[in-house]
Amino acid sequence: MNLGTFFQHMTNGISLGSLYALIAIGYTMVYGILRLINFAHGDIFMMSMYFAFLGVAVFGLPWYIVFPLVIVFTGLFGMGVEKITYKPLRDAPKISILISAIGASFLLENVATVFFSGLPKVFPVPEIFARVIKIGSVSIQVISFIIPVVTIVFLIGLLYLINKTKTGMAMRAVSKDYETARIMGIDVNRTISITFGVGSMLAAVGGLMWGSKFQQITPLMGIMPGLKCFIAAVIGGIGNVKGAVMGGFILGMGEILLVAFFPAYTGYRDAFAFVLLIVILLVKPTGLTGEKIAEKV
Amino acid sequence: MKKNSIYTLVALVAVVAFIFFAQSNLDNFTLRILNLCAIFAILGLSLNLINGFTGQFSLGHAGFMAIGAYTTAILTISPAMKQMIYVNVPIVKCLENLRAPFPIALIIAGLLTAVIGFFVSAPVLKLKGDYLAIATLGFSEIIRILFTNMSSITNGAAGLKAIPQATNLWWTFGIVAVTTLVLTSLINSSYGRALKAIREDEIAAESMGINLFKHKIIAFVIGAFFAGVGGGLLGNLITSIDPNYFKFTITFNILLIVVLGGIGSITGSIIAAFIVTIVDQMLVALDMPMNLGFINYPGIPGIRMVVFSAALMLVVLFYRNGLMGTNEFSWDGFFGLFKRKKKTGGAK
Repeated sequence: MNLGTFFQHMTNGISLGSLYALIAIGYTMVYGILRLINFAHGDIFMMSMYFAFLGVAVFGLPWYIVFPLVIVFTGLFGMGVEKITYKPLRDAPKISILISAIGASFLLENVATVFFSGLPKVFPVPEIFARVIKIGSVSIQVISFIIPVVTIVFLIGLLYLINKTKTGMAMRAVSKDYETARIMGIDVNRTISITFGVGSMLAAVGGLMWGSKFQQITPLMGIMPGLKCFIAAVIGGIGNVKGAVMGGFILGMGEILLVAFFPAYTGYRDAFAFVLLIVILLVKPTGLTGEKIAEKV
Repeated sequence: MKKNSIYTLVALVAVVAFIFFAQSNLDNFTLRILNLCAIFAILGLSLNLINGFTGQFSLGHAGFMAIGAYTTAILTISPAMKQMIYVNVPIVKCLENLRAPFPIALIIAGLLTAVIGFFVSAPVLKLKGDYLAIATLGFSEIIRILFTNMSSITNGAAGLKAIPQATNLWWTFGIVAVTTLVLTSLINSSYGRALKAIREDEIAAESMGINLFKHKIIAFVIGAFFAGVGGGLLGNLITSIDPNYFKFTITFNILLIVVLGGIGSITGSIIAAFIVTIVDQMLVALDMPMNLGFINYPGIPGIRMVVFSAALMLVVLFYRNGLMGTNEFSWDGFFGLFKRKKKTGGAK
C-alpha cells in the first residue's frame, strides 16, 4: 500500500468516524438521562435526509436555506417522537418502553416507505460538497474534509451547551439523579424534551453530511448506522459525550482499516461492530470511559 | 377437577379431528396460514420463556431461527438437489451426502441451536436490560452476515431453494402441544418459580439462594431449542430461505405476539400468534388496489407494516398487559367468562 492510498483510507476513516460520532452523541445523551436505548434515533437520522430531499427536490429551495431548516425541523420532530413514544410510559417497566421505542422505529421506517417508496432517492448534494480535490495521485471529495470540521464545530457548541448554560446544568442534574433533580425544581419533562431535540438536531447534521457523502437515501438506511452508533456510544462509555465521540472514531477507523487491509473480509464489515461490542461489553461493560456503578437495592 | 379433564380430552379430540379434516380438505393457502399460526405460536412461546417468564430482554430470535431453518433444510434436501442449488460455490464435502428424515432433522436443528444458544448466552447473560437486548440483536445480525458470506455451507445470499415441503399440520400442531407441555411443566416446577423470581427482582432472587446464571442459561437454551425447531418447521413450509428472511423484522413480529398475548402468559402467546398471523395475511389486501363500491382504494404498498407497527405501539401505550396479562387459560375461568357475560347482558 503506497502513501497515497493510505492517506485516502485515513480521510475516509476520519469522515466516517465523525459521522458515527455525531449520531452516537444523540444516543448517549438520551441514555444518560432516561437510561434507555432510543431505538428510533437511527430513523430520525433517516427522516432528516428525506426532509432535505423534500425541501430541495420537491419545493425547489436552495440548499443553504433547506439545511438549517432541516436541522431545526428534525429537532422538533425528535421532540414529537419523545412526546408520543416515551412520555406516556415514564413510570412503566423498562421492557414496555423498549418495545414502544422499537415500535416507533418500525413505524417511521414503514411510514417513510409508504410516502417515499422503497426505491432509493438521490440526495440533493450541494455542488461545492461534491467537488473533488486532487492531491498528487489521490482524489478526495471536499465533503470528506467538511465532515470533520462540521463535527468539531457542533461538538464545541454542544459541550458549551452542556457545561456552561443553565439548560445544560439541568440536563446533567437529571442524568445524575432524576428524583433529586425534580425536587430541586428542575422541569424534568422539559429537560428530557430538550435533550431529545438536541440529540435529533445532531442526528440531522449527521444525516445531511451522510447524504452528501453517500448520495443515496432509502427508508431502511437508518437501521445499520443507528445500531452501529449505539455500539459506538457503548464502546466509549454510554452517557458520556466525549466517550461517544471516541467510540465513533474507533468504530469508523476500525471499519475502514478492516476493509483496507483485509479486502477479502469486506462482507463481514457490518459484523465488525457487533463483534467489537460483545468483546467490549465482556471486558469492560461500562465502556472505555465509564466508571463502575455499584448496584443499589 | 375430573370434569375439567373430561373437557380437556374433548377439546383435544376436537383439535385432532379438525387437523384430520383440515389436512385433507382445506386448500393450500388456508393450510399454509394455519401452519404459520402454529409455527409462530412455537416461536412466541419460546421467546416468552426468555422475555416474559425470565425477564431477560432478548432480541436474538431471528438468529436462532436461521440456524434451525438452515440445519433442517440442509439435512432434508437430497444430495442430487444440493448439487443443483449450490451453483456458485460447491457445498462442503461432509454435508453433501448428509441426510436425515424430517423429524430427526428437526431434533438435530433444535439441539444445534440450543448448543449455539448456550455458547452465545454464557458470556452475554452477564449483561442486563438494554445491553442484553443490543448484544443479542448483534448476535442475530452476526449470524445473518455469517450465513450471507459462508457460501460453501449456506449458499450465501442466494439462499436455499427447493426444500422438501415436509411441514404439515400434524407436525406444527403437535410441536405446539409439546412446547406448551414442556413450558407449563417447567414454569410450574421449582425452576419456573426461580425464573419468575429472577424476573421480579434479580438481587432479591440471588439473595434467596437462586443461582442466577444457571437459571438464565436454562431459560435461554430451552428457548433457543424451540426457536430452532420453529425455524426448521418454517423453512420446510415456505421451501425457500435466504439470510435476509431472518432480519430483525421477524424478531419484531414474534415480539409483537408476545406483547399482544401478555408478557408471561402461555395461553396469550398462542392466541396472539393466531391473531397476528391471520390479521397479517388479511392486511396483505391493504397493499393491493380494491374497489369498495363507493370509493376506489388505490392500494398502498407497505401500508400493512405501518398498521402493524402502529398496532404494537398502541398495545404498549394503552394496553400494556396484553390480552391475557400473566393469566392462563383454565376451564373454570373459561366458563366464568360466559357467566359474567350473561350477567352484564341481563343488566342491560
